Amino acid sequence: MNLKGRNLLEPLDFSVEETESLFALAGRVMDAPRDFCDACRGRLLATLFYEPSTRTRFSFEAAMLRLGGQVIGFSEPGSSSVAKGESIADTIRTVACYADIAVIRHPKEGAPRVAAMNTDMPVINAGDGGHQHPTQTLTDLLTIKRARGGFEDLTVGVCGDLKFGRTVHSLIRALSRYSGIRFALISPEELRVPDYVRKEVLEKADTPFWETEDLAEAMPSLDVLYMTRVQRERFFNEEDYIRLKDSYILDAEKLRRARSDMMVLHPLPRVNEIAAEVDADPRAFYFRQAKNGMYIRMALIMALLGI
Amino acid sequence: MVVINSIAKGIVIDHIRAGNGMRVLAHLNIDTSRNTVAFIMNAASKKHGRKDLIKIENITDVDLTVLGLIDHNATVNIIEDHIIAEKIKLRLPETVTDVIKCRNPRCVASSEAGISHIFRLVDEDAKEYRCEYCDDIVKAGEY
Repeated sequence: MNLKGRNLLEPLDFSVEETESLFALAGRVMDAPRDFCDACRGRLLATLFYEPSTRTRFSFEAAMLRLGGQVIGFSEPGSSSVAKGESIADTIRTVACYADIAVIRHPKEGAPRVAAMNTDMPVINAGDGGHQHPTQTLTDLLTIKRARGGFEDLTVGVCGDLKFGRTVHSLIRALSRYSGIRFALISPEELRVPDYVRKEVLEKADTPFWETEDLAEAMPSLDVLYMTRVQRERFFNEEDYIRLKDSYILDAEKLRRARSDMMVLHPLPRVNEIAAEVDADPRAFYFRQAKNGMYIRMALIMALLGI
Repeated sequence: MVVINSIAKGIVIDHIRAGNGMRVLAHLNIDTSRNTVAFIMNAASKKHGRKDLIKIENITDVDLTVLGLIDHNATVNIIEDHIIAEKIKLRLPETVTDVIKCRNPRCVASSEAGISHIFRLVDEDAKEYRCEYCDDIVKAGEY
């Protein structure tokens, strides 16, 4: 695997082989984290968060700190030169003078690509609007792989906001590269996957999928259920948000229809789409998923820095 | 009737959809202060009823890539010594920069100053282009 100097902007930026190597490295970190505690000593990670984040920012910061490196950055644009109107290009060029690698989250789709076009420093997309979230995808894939051993012959249900849910778009793209994957796309009519996902990803890869509004009906056929939150910040219209926000709530009653070995994943944070009673169910993987997120980011940082 | 003489050397872009000629001319980036350019609007056409037509004298190295996107039915003839030396078949360009504007309000190109709008061809038959930044798909001619 030679990912040194590369960017991660979209889930398909790395080949299947490169992704597998990253999983192998993450596995070694999980098995012996102390062996890596000095791996990034003297290296600096810049976290440019133009949009609020707890989990992703903390997991990147924790990943770098656990590798012995250090972190600079901002967690909301009001506290940086961005508030003065600085362009993304100028911000990244300046940050590249100080840091070795940058992570960017931005509400506008494609903003990390603009950053990457203006620097030689590796840039990682930590979420751009409703578009892509490739490190969440790596987290999701790692979680499935460690539980299932691989991705062959899986029926994956993705449920909730499939229109604006960037984690869903990234996951569908990444899983479509494996054979034997089927998708149940579970959402209200208004929040179905965008055309480009249907045409360019699913149809192009010849990946079987069906669209349904009925979670309970799809449940028995699923190996993995990927729940998402209907996100207030993606709506222009508050009325639409209120109408759709409680479309799908997973509770113990609905889970009774699921297979005994089905995995429930969620990128978190959740609001009310998974009832707290589900947390104790062995099929609930979302907190293990969050922990895996830190390990895969440790592997990613090392790989992009060539360590 | 307006009469435009034939040219000895240059490019003739014919059968441009009537009303589209101004846009074609704008994207060809020809220095009209140095070159002789004839631009005819609403000429009679057996094929289309009406058409626009552009003749550019003495230069033949014009970048025509964008023409395939704006009006792929137009015909392009390179003239040498008063005769057609070459007929150029128009194709949809693989990449177009600052021709299609991304209309996705969530795209970074719609708000960030100073960045180019870049679109790449994803389906030649369907004439579909995808925004380099946000992946929004637009059809050639519908932007």
